[in-house]
Amino acid sequence: MTGRRNYWLSGVAILLSIVVFLVPFAFIVLTAVKSRQQAALLDFSWPENFQIVRNFVDVVEARDYMLIIAFINSTILTVSSVAIMVVLAAMVAYVLQRRKSRWNVLINFLVLSGLIIPPAVVPTIWVLQKLGLFRTMPGLILVEVAFGISFAILLFRAFIATIPRELDEAAIIDGASPFRLFFRVIFPLLRSVAITVIVVQSVTVFNDFVNPLYFLPGDQNATVQLTLYNFSSQFTSQYNLLFMNILLITIPPLIMFLFFNRRIVSGMTSGAIKG
Amino acid sequence: MTTIRARRRSPYPSWFYLPAALVYGVLFLVPTFASFYFSLTRWTIFDSHFIGFENFVNFFREPALVSGLTNTLIYAVVTSGLKVVLGLLLAVLLTSQIIGRGYLRSVVFFPVLVSTIGVGLTFTVLMNPERGLINESLAAIGVQGPGWLTDPDLALLSVALVDVWKGVGLATLIYIAGIVSIPQEYFEAARVDGAGATASFFRIVLPLARPATVTVVILSLIGGLRSFDLIWAMTRGGPGFTSDVIASVIYKQYQAGFYGLSTAGNVILFLVVTAVILPLYWFLTRKEVEL
Repeated sequence: MTGRRNYWLSGVAILLSIVVFLVPFAFIVLTAVKSRQQAALLDFSWPENFQIVRNFVDVVEARDYMLIIAFINSTILTVSSVAIMVVLAAMVAYVLQRRKSRWNVLINFLVLSGLIIPPAVVPTIWVLQKLGLFRTMPGLILVEVAFGISFAILLFRAFIATIPRELDEAAIIDGASPFRLFFRVIFPLLRSVAITVIVVQSVTVFNDFVNPLYFLPGDQNATVQLTLYNFSSQFTSQYNLLFMNILLITIPPLIMFLFFNRRIVSGMTSGAIKG
Repeated sequence: MTTIRARRRSPYPSWFYLPAALVYGVLFLVPTFASFYFSLTRWTIFDSHFIGFENFVNFFREPALVSGLTNTLIYAVVTSGLKVVLGLLLAVLLTSQIIGRGYLRSVVFFPVLVSTIGVGLTFTVLMNPERGLINESLAAIGVQGPGWLTDPDLALLSVALVDVWKGVGLATLIYIAGIVSIPQEYFEAARVDGAGATASFFRIVLPLARPATVTVVILSLIGGLRSFDLIWAMTRGGPGFTSDVIASVIYKQYQAGFYGLSTAGNVILFLVVTAVILPLYWFLTRKEVEL
């Protein structure tokens, strides 16, 4: 009895998943390879002629290779901010987890605040301006670090709690300095959780729209999300190019998803369950 | 050994906090505290005039801005409510013996990782009132679809639905993690006692997945209250101001050069978030202990 019901339920679920989740993605792909005239119809149809290469070249060449610049900028932003975030967050999480002190309450409170409190936009611009970092890539990188570090600390702390303290003690008896103890003994053990943090935060930073919009405006520094947004107002008549752009910036997260599915899932849920 | 340890300096030095504290303090804490002062000023980045609560008075006098506040609450409640219900149902479905479970989990989760702007622009096209795929499909079965994003009564809810489409995968995953951690014996015992699927859902899954519910509610409320990019990509707060939320008001006032007013919006958002999240968190986790 249950067997038959499961077949029926499975069929409905798969059908619904296709309509609700796959059709929008199919729509993106199909529209991205259509000719300009056909794409303008906005309908869900098979392309009359495939213009994959031409649309790709058109999008890339648009506005003096803006998309290439944007991809370079987004890569620099993502790689540097996530690298800094991982090292700094691991250091904080390590000391926070290992050392019991009366400051821990305050530090835990600050970490949670970073997850909950919406950042104050214009005052952040004001601080960046005072530091000479407004409208600069280093400024935006540091902003991403500041806004994303709380989540990374929580993930690292939960993992460090599972590393036995005896390991620290053995290294200390062997004469390791605190610096060596952390970077030579502990940090290599964090590999698996570090990969999770890297993957989750890379996707977040790469997809971030708000912070580049506020802190790094201007065409020279555009990130991929900003370029896509600007595209949408400029190329209202060229839907094929717009969707080619959407398709291109969906590929990096898709690759992350295909390779690190498990990591992403465990990172997003484990961090969440404890919070 | 303890005496040796005591004489040494701690192996867990405080300066490990320093680099992170510097970045976090300068770029997050300082602006947060500064926002309270600057919200009370007329401000042009370079100099500021203290004007007391005038920005807040202006904010609450302007109907467009007040509707931003109510829209924020509606948006947050609708999205997190739907994410809880749909996420739980999907999680139950995806932990049952069903064909294509791996495929279904992937397909439900993938939108979480896709660019919000990309999703927003795609659905803006799909929701086009005359030519969009959604209304064309509805017309094919004889239903006249509404102007999803052009009808002032509907725009905010349409964006909220897309938000749910994009975010329900995360809620589902959190629920799956919660359901999987329930010992299988409970279900077996219930079956022996003659409980059906409905009974074991309401008596076992629902109460024991409570921590997952707390997480989903808190996370999606925080996300919903702060939400900006999806709304901005789809309607820019329009038509009129009917889908404006606090975050988009902050951006609009910033663009218009009213930095004090924009920062006042930020302070209001801060107050709304803490006023919603803190009591809720306290309430939900307190109940959990009693169980």
